[in-house]
Amino acid sequence: MSQRWRLATGGCINRSRPLRFVFNGRVLTGYEGDTLASALIANGIRTVARSFKYHRPRGIVGVGAEEPNAIFQVGEGRKTVPGLRATQVELYEGLTAYSVNGWPSVEFDIYAINDLIGGLLPAGFYYKTFMWPRSFWKRYEHRIRQMAGLGRAPDASDPDTYDKRNIHCDVLVVGAGPSGLMAALTAARSGARVIVADEQSEFGGGLLGTGIEIGGMEAGKWVQKMVEALEKWPEVMMLSRSTVTGYHDHNFLVINERRTDHLSNPVPLMSRERMWRVRAKQVVLATGAIERPLVFADNDRPGVMLASAVSVYMQRYAVLPGRSLVIFTNNDSAYRVVHDAINAGAVVKGVVDLREGAASEAADAARRVGVPVYRGHVVTAVKSGFGGVNRINIGRLSADGRSVVAHKGSIECDVLAMSGGWNPTVHLHAQSGGRPVFDEAKACFLPGFSVQAERSTGACAGEFDLSLCLVGAVEAASEALRQVGIDPVTVDTPGTAQHTEAPLRALWSIPGDRAMPRGKKFVDYQNDTTEADIRLAAREGYRSIEHVKRYTALGFGTDQGKLGNVNGMAILADALGQSPSAIGTTTYRPNYTPVTFGAIAGRAVGEVLFDPIRRTPMHEWHVENGAAFEDVGQWKRPWYYPLPGEDREKAVSRECLATRHSVGILDASTLGKIEITGRDAAELLDRIYTNAWKSLSVGRCRYGLMLGEDGMVMDDGVTSRLSEHRYLMTTTTGGAAHVLNWLERWLQTEWPELKVFLTSVTDRWAVTSIAGPKSRELLESLSEGIDCSPEAMPFMSFCEGRVAGIAARVFRISFSGEVAYEINVSADQGLLLWRAVMEAGKPFGITPYGTDAMHVLRAEKGYVIVGQDTDGSVTPIDLGMDWIVSKKKDFIGKRSLFRADTARDNRKQLVGLKTEDSTVVLPEGAQLVNGFSSSRPVPMVGHVTSSYFSATLEHSIALALIKGGRARLGGSVYAPLLDGRLIKATITEPVFYDSDNVRQRG
Amino acid sequence: MTKRYSIFSLARNALSHHENWQEAWRSPQPQPEYDVVIVGGGGHGLASAYYLARNFDVGRIAVVEKGWIGGGNTGRNTTIVRSNYLWDEAAHLYEKSLQLWEGLSQELNYNVMFSQRGVMNLGHTLQDMRDIVRRSSANRLNGIDSEVLTPMDIKRRVPVIDVGPSARYPILGASFQPRGGVARHDAVAWGFARAADQLGVDIIQNCEVTGIRQVDGAVTALETSRGLIRTTKVGVVAAGHSSVMAAMAGLRLPIESHPLQALVSEPLKPVLDTVIMSNAVHGYISQSDKGELVVGAGIDAYTGYGQRGSYGIIEGNIAAIVTLFPSFSRVRMLRQWGGIVDVCPDACPIIGKTPVRGLYFNCGWGTGGFKATPGSGWVFAHTLARDEPHVLNAAFSLERFYTGALIDEHGAAGVAH
Amino acid sequence: MLQIECPWCGACDQSEFSYGGEAHIARPKTPADLSDQEWGDYLFNRENPKGWHREQWCHTAGCRRWFNAVRDTVTSRIKAYYQMGAVPPEEDGR
Repeated sequence: MSQRWRLATGGCINRSRPLRFVFNGRVLTGYEGDTLASALIANGIRTVARSFKYHRPRGIVGVGAEEPNAIFQVGEGRKTVPGLRATQVELYEGLTAYSVNGWPSVEFDIYAINDLIGGLLPAGFYYKTFMWPRSFWKRYEHRIRQMAGLGRAPDASDPDTYDKRNIHCDVLVVGAGPSGLMAALTAARSGARVIVADEQSEFGGGLLGTGIEIGGMEAGKWVQKMVEALEKWPEVMMLSRSTVTGYHDHNFLVINERRTDHLSNPVPLMSRERMWRVRAKQVVLATGAIERPLVFADNDRPGVMLASAVSVYMQRYAVLPGRSLVIFTNNDSAYRVVHDAINAGAVVKGVVDLREGAASEAADAARRVGVPVYRGHVVTAVKSGFGGVNRINIGRLSADGRSVVAHKGSIECDVLAMSGGWNPTVHLHAQSGGRPVFDEAKACFLPGFSVQAERSTGACAGEFDLSLCLVGAVEAASEALRQVGIDPVTVDTPGTAQHTEAPLRALWSIPGDRAMPRGKKFVDYQNDTTEADIRLAAREGYRSIEHVKRYTALGFGTDQGKLGNVNGMAILADALGQSPSAIGTTTYRPNYTPVTFGAIAGRAVGEVLFDPIRRTPMHEWHVENGAAFEDVGQWKRPWYYPLPGEDREKAVSRECLATRHSVGILDASTLGKIEITGRDAAELLDRIYTNAWKSLSVGRCRYGLMLGEDGMVMDDGVTSRLSEHRYLMTTTTGGAAHVLNWLERWLQTEWPELKVFLTSVTDRWAVTSIAGPKSRELLESLSEGIDCSPEAMPFMSFCEGRVAGIAARVFRISFSGEVAYEINVSADQGLLLWRAVMEAGKPFGITPYGTDAMHVLRAEKGYVIVGQDTDGSVTPIDLGMDWIVSKKKDFIGKRSLFRADTARDNRKQLVGLKTEDSTVVLPEGAQLVNGFSSSRPVPMVGHVTSSYFSATLEHSIALALIKGGRARLGGSVYAPLLDGRLIKATITEPVFYDSDNVRQRG
Repeated sequence: MTKRYSIFSLARNALSHHENWQEAWRSPQPQPEYDVVIVGGGGHGLASAYYLARNFDVGRIAVVEKGWIGGGNTGRNTTIVRSNYLWDEAAHLYEKSLQLWEGLSQELNYNVMFSQRGVMNLGHTLQDMRDIVRRSSANRLNGIDSEVLTPMDIKRRVPVIDVGPSARYPILGASFQPRGGVARHDAVAWGFARAADQLGVDIIQNCEVTGIRQVDGAVTALETSRGLIRTTKVGVVAAGHSSVMAAMAGLRLPIESHPLQALVSEPLKPVLDTVIMSNAVHGYISQSDKGELVVGAGIDAYTGYGQRGSYGIIEGNIAAIVTLFPSFSRVRMLRQWGGIVDVCPDACPIIGKTPVRGLYFNCGWGTGGFKATPGSGWVFAHTLARDEPHVLNAAFSLERFYTGALIDEHGAAGVAH
Repeated sequence: MLQIECPWCGACDQSEFSYGGEAHIARPKTPADLSDQEWGDYLFNRENPKGWHREQWCHTAGCRRWFNAVRDTVTSRIKAYYQMGAVPPEEDGR
């Protein structure tokens, strides 16, 4: 079988480029320029899918974004894509596609049984059943889930890449049909910066393939000329295969450009899709209109198609959806099919026009070519066999349109082209915040008041006459240009043939054959929502259109109701005795058509680009020396440095012992560093920190704790007075950015009178910290111009000089409880210094240690880590740090400490824990109770915040927050572990080692 | 009398072509006076009315809703139900709710499709894991099911997730609550509405409250778009608009209204059997019965009543999902939407009395209110009927913002869905 | 995505800014004199209006300056910007 339904001539396809593709395992051929849908039609394939609920056979209905049925899995392996609409898939050599539902095949589907028992499956049936027995819902649900779904996700990662571009323009024109092209040309000639985006592979929109004449030439020619003219302007960007999918606040729109899907062998490295993030000063919407189906019994049979789609298939793609057609319409536009079909060599058996009266230019034209026109008639039944429609019955409509008064026999045909009028594509207008309003005369929703800088023109504004569209487009563009301060030039619109169209007659539901009153009239094909479902919903009290949508699934499909929604609203209106304008629409939301996740994410995915990675200047050394890393904020910090054969526990113990007994070295570069300068720097510190700062002398350092205004510990660190009005604040690694923002905010918004400047210098300095009894000796061996003696450089002081020949600031501060120095050098010298210190430290057995050992060392000393030992509900008092809370001055958060609950006793307080069995290390996070209990709930008295095995003490130690813990020193608590063990521990002071601070002061 | 729903009623009605189904709820005209008026016909408001009518004898009850019932956050959320909260107060409240969920379809004779597929909270850092152990331990001791999973366990349950060590933020483990899951959001509103209606509650849609009348510091009536309604007891359950309602009574609340966005993919064949949440990368995801991947993230930073947020949130959210699930890159996003959430400083609700006598608020559920729907209704009904809080909501008073007794779930919940 | 006009840098994308919430909440001069009620009101209670909102923004990824804006919380339209400490523009009708 080789394209038996392809016309010998015509169409916008390239017959010299045949393309092979595979559909449901069958190898078929189409041509370049085909969509998958047109190629299937060319090959005579009519039943392409099974419906979601009733598993009825379905064929292609539409020709674009509205297609509800022809939804396929396209491509193989990692490149497979679920849910693609055949009408929007361009054919390429080697394309493979599968129908998703239907077993064993779409032609013979065992679940078609659902259609026969359909009486049991009205809208919302699942809310009324599947409830007994209670435990069975999971089983029912499992079956339901297996039946649902329109495709399969790939099972491996995506080989393609996606990118994003930001762009500005004066005017964004959405849609490149006649209106869009005309509007764009007006804007371009006026000197505006213009973007034209169109979802199709070619520009021209509804003109493509038609024989219409514009400006004395054939439409295709005119489109080509327009595009050529536009492309000459340097400030005009023309995007095809580019759908404006979202219209967001402040005229921010996103365009999804598909760059490679139509190619059989895309250029390697070319991104598959691109998201254009557009900030448009003005938007001209020229998105056209989508034809509406008529709602009649069995209107879903393969071969029942939109009239406009039938024309497009014949003209643009040169394929015949059928050889003998009947047209069923309520308006004049469908009469076009008569002539298109005859030109294509098909037979038109008749036009069934539900409007009364004989006078109609279109009808006369049809009769002149010998096509019978049945005015005041409707299709009452659709007969189908294997392969779809084969006959229809027609009958005479009653005057009120509610019943069929006489049957007029049947007509054999293989295609029924239907038209229920047109729905302007108001999606983007509505997404922008506009509310479409119902137009009774045109029987459709038109754009309403513009909330953002946008306007609709052409068919999407309800203008269906081509010549008026062209004039309107120029006006719309001119208005947009004036809004951005550009004088529009005068543009002549080309002439077109004028037609007088008779008004349509809105008849939202077609009465059926009296013999078969229960034929299903589909409103939403993809979700199998019928007219009866909507009426049932209304009867049951689901009367808001949103309720009906949710109860019947109307418009919930991947076509988002492009075909069915307006019919559904009107049927609901009828059921409630209201007008469609009283019902209104459901909310239009992005996306207009679905967008690939990968395209929205862009490059910001995966190991490297999801979030920036921050590495210290010494990172390279850590990698070379086998460090395991920990993520702390965006930083990669060395966690521990295992030697061959060591596990984490062993490595950490070794690192700790080395530091306690000789000297350890830690990369402390990640700590936040903020330089605070200015006359009022000390005043700022006084207001931010809980303790007093004005007494700190130059050259000295002090520990500070800052609270949120709610009194809870927010951050901590050591701040040093570099000179009279110059301080260096350090913060936690994770809190650095927040603290800087915090300080700046207070300064700018509340205390502008303070003369203070803040500079983040975190990345400016590399910090090598050495700690341990040999650290002084080590520093001395490396430093020039620095007196390292305890007298000259006591604990909590700093000096400047050279270390290993590198200019350095050396701070004598300690987080380990040992004599320790933090050597700050310019970041670019960091690695050099580190290597020099390692070299000079060899005689001492210098040992690099990571965050894990750092945690153990500080916990032995009872030093808290904000964010680990605190959680946003802990005050300095709770931490036992009353000593650092000034009684005299005010500071941020102070007042909160005196609130009734915050000031009460018996809050959770920081204490130490020693397990009864010295080798058992409590899990961090373990909850604590006062004793064993098998009943639930068990009252909890606190939890473990930090817990380690201390190699130095040869005992497991922990820090914990325990209710009234300070009063329970010496008492016992129990930790019931997740594995069922119950661990007993003694409550101790939170300082386990050198409680008199002899070592770090030494 | 109202006919119960069952397979038999379906079959019976099929014979009459479904022409004879009763209304799920009436659409009554507002009466001039009620004993209690609930403002807000979302899940929480309808649940409050239902339990008020079911558990107490308070007289005539109305629910007034400015739009359509279930049209606010009830119909816009990602339907996650769990009770694995850290603090006792929150855990007990949400656990009560979860227990109500477990029998809700039968209780309401309406299938709310509560599907206990389990909820997994991923940990990506050592601190995440400490928090997970802390929360799991607390849950266990509170009688709430909770497990801590290793990356291997996670991979076994969720084959499509990337648990590799080279991820930007590798998955180090997770907490898992098997009894957690998802439900059909609309059905919850409809089920409560139908059941409340059967107990005589008037559900009045398209009725916007425009004023709260008071005499001597006590409520006397509500001004509405459908006329004056006299009442001395008003329960406001108007998530998103709580501050607007409070302002009518001359009150200010510790609440800000933020946009919260969510999105769905096109429907897929089953690929994800569990609810996955990751605070660290700001994304959570489940698969609906229809096959859509239902995805959400954190709130927009700025306040907004427009039910729309910024695209940047969507981009970051999807980047997080694709990073966690690399094979979802080619899946397509069908639709996004937004709701308005009341955000409290401690990420916990306010359920209780106000300085105005007869005026009660149930608000501030932030991003996590859906799961609390039945429990919230249960305790609020009690509070309204007895004029004092139920033991489960005593801690969730407005007073806590003055005493400092906050229930800070931020640490445990982050994006608390 | 909002487009916000930093008074110093001009119109930039929202992603460059951070939000600071309600403007004009002055920190009490002598917090110790406040009752728990008054302090709690300052700490937590907000107008949170539906409609025009005077709020703080910071051009975090730009000049890092804080400023005020008047934004409609329903439509997101911003009608005025003014510097810290400046008198807010009249709250005329929408």
